[in-house]
Amino acid sequence: MYSAGIDIGSVATKGVLFNGSIMGSVIIPTCWSPRDASREALDRLLGKSNIGRERVHAIIVTGYGRALADFADQAITEIACHGRGAFFLNNSVRTVLDIGGQDSKAISLDEQGNVTDFVMNDKCAAGTGRFLEVMAHLLGGEVQDLDRMANGAEAQMITNMCTVFAESEVISLLAKGVSKESIARGILESIAGRAAALLVRVSVEPLIAFTGGASRSAVLKELIEQKTGVKLFVSPHAQIAGAHGAALIGWNGLVRKGLNAPAREQNAGAY
Amino acid sequence: MQALINRDDMESIQGFIESLSRARENGFSEMEQLKKSGKKVVGTYCLFAPYEVIAASGALPVSLCGMKEEPIAQAEKHLPRNLCPLIKSSYGYAITGTCPYFFYSDLVVGETTCDGKKKMFEYLGKITPVHVMRLPDSNNREEDYVNWRKEIWYLKERIEKDFGIDITEEKLRDAIRGKNEERRVFREFYELSKLDPPPLSGLEVFRVLFSSGYAFDKRKQIETIRDLISAVKNAYAKNDLRTQPGRPRILVTGCPIGGATEKVLRIIEESGGTIVCFENCGGTRDREELVEEQGDPYEALARKYLNIACSCMSPNDNRITMLSRLIDEYRADGVIDVVLQACHTYNVETYRIKEFVRQQKHIPYMAVETDYSQGDDGQMRTRIRAFMEILEPRNT
Repeated sequence: MYSAGIDIGSVATKGVLFNGSIMGSVIIPTCWSPRDASREALDRLLGKSNIGRERVHAIIVTGYGRALADFADQAITEIACHGRGAFFLNNSVRTVLDIGGQDSKAISLDEQGNVTDFVMNDKCAAGTGRFLEVMAHLLGGEVQDLDRMANGAEAQMITNMCTVFAESEVISLLAKGVSKESIARGILESIAGRAAALLVRVSVEPLIAFTGGASRSAVLKELIEQKTGVKLFVSPHAQIAGAHGAALIGWNGLVRKGLNAPAREQNAGAY
Repeated sequence: MQALINRDDMESIQGFIESLSRARENGFSEMEQLKKSGKKVVGTYCLFAPYEVIAASGALPVSLCGMKEEPIAQAEKHLPRNLCPLIKSSYGYAITGTCPYFFYSDLVVGETTCDGKKKMFEYLGKITPVHVMRLPDSNNREEDYVNWRKEIWYLKERIEKDFGIDITEEKLRDAIRGKNEERRVFREFYELSKLDPPPLSGLEVFRVLFSSGYAFDKRKQIETIRDLISAVKNAYAKNDLRTQPGRPRILVTGCPIGGATEKVLRIIEESGGTIVCFENCGGTRDREELVEEQGDPYEALARKYLNIACSCMSPNDNRITMLSRLIDEYRADGVIDVVLQACHTYNVETYRIKEFVRQQKHIPYMAVETDYSQGDDGQMRTRIRAFMEILEPRNT
């Protein structure tokens, strides 16, 4: 018996197959259709693990595309899923910082891993993965190249928080001949400042787990640690924490039902 | 307003609430008739406008439009973009001539509640007669009440002069008794939500409360709300419920809402919550405290109105006292603070309210910031649903 969690983010769709521990995971680009991406993530997840659909007894979806996945048993917000996922990765976690493609959030957890409080960024791209993506493209690279560029460079501060204004700022800095290495570090500094402010509003109680796509940047992690004075915990599964949390919530539901949940066979046709 | 309620039929209750939801639109023609018969009209924007003084003059007090997005683009020709949507919408309705109530108003009453409104009234004064009351920004010194009493007196003099009538003490006392009666009956209505589960959804309760500013025959209004109360009680006694039991009970606090911002109430109830109390301008804020009917009526009005727990007061301890009592009485499971973008005083106050609710009342709190656009639906649903996910396990 398995549960599956699908986290349909604005940039990437993540899937986790679970049966007490992670049995498989996928990360695919969401592109323009969150609905198609969610189905494809599930297909690939099952294909990769060679598990038949009938053996998956709970499918939980989360992320901004969660309302579109009509094959799911339940949709749960990314706040609850990231909290649950990060707590499972390390049960000392009391705070979660998640920087995803479309929003960033800080979540406070109690000793059982329940969410007690959270804040999300304002309704714009400032402080999100989208900001990093736009800036990386201006510098002729991808998000994953920012770390390499920024490493060891002197930061050129970016003063605008707004993605649109920051874009013109970066263009004028490049025109002045400022090195793209300095700008890359400045961009990461800017996101780190934003993340630290978000954390302070909720809690900086250790252990703080850093999740979401942006947690892959080691420089960003270091900068947030400098600004908050607290170490961040980044699991190798940090990017799939939301999907993992979703799978876990599904799994816990099955366990509560006594491990003999009704088979899904009769529903399989709907998928 | 003419619909009579079948006391045994929830469907007729629903129909009745729907007709009240259109009170603002339905009031247009009633007001036109009253104007033709020679009635004067005084438009107001805010709870601080002393209703009783206007009513005592024989004029009709009416709430002016300012709750929808449509006229905001026009307002931004004169006003900055980063101003609260309530001020921009109010001004936009006025300059575009799209608020019939503004059109019929012989006088508009404003108050210096916040910087944005104060400056907006300067422009409004160029297109229609506006009387601005200088509201003290505190209520913890005796001179605050003395000053506010003077302002109420100035309003009386202005109305007397403009309309060529006398506001006698007797008429004022009548108006005070009448308005107290209205407050009592609406309070009795929203107190039905203390029941668990409440008989009506929060959105339904809100719509009935919101209609109160557009009923011009107050006697008839009071009668109708009484009928509604007994119809709802009867249906409830028969277990004819309009809400689901076991849902988190939400107390909504913060900025004035209605019109475009009804979206927040809808999302809360579609996300699994039931709103049981509105600690805001359309809800409890004016109705919990009555005007003292003995003694100097102007002083009594000054005391009642200056105690309104608005964030424009500094400090605003009354809001804490009020929230503390309402959270207990309505057995709220969580508090959602609805703040309009660029409303600095409510926005700043969210920190104090959050600390109070979490640490003193030990229940979850969330602030949502919004404007009159419908573009934040997705983000709002995620935040509010996540809040319900915090509350739901606490309920089981």
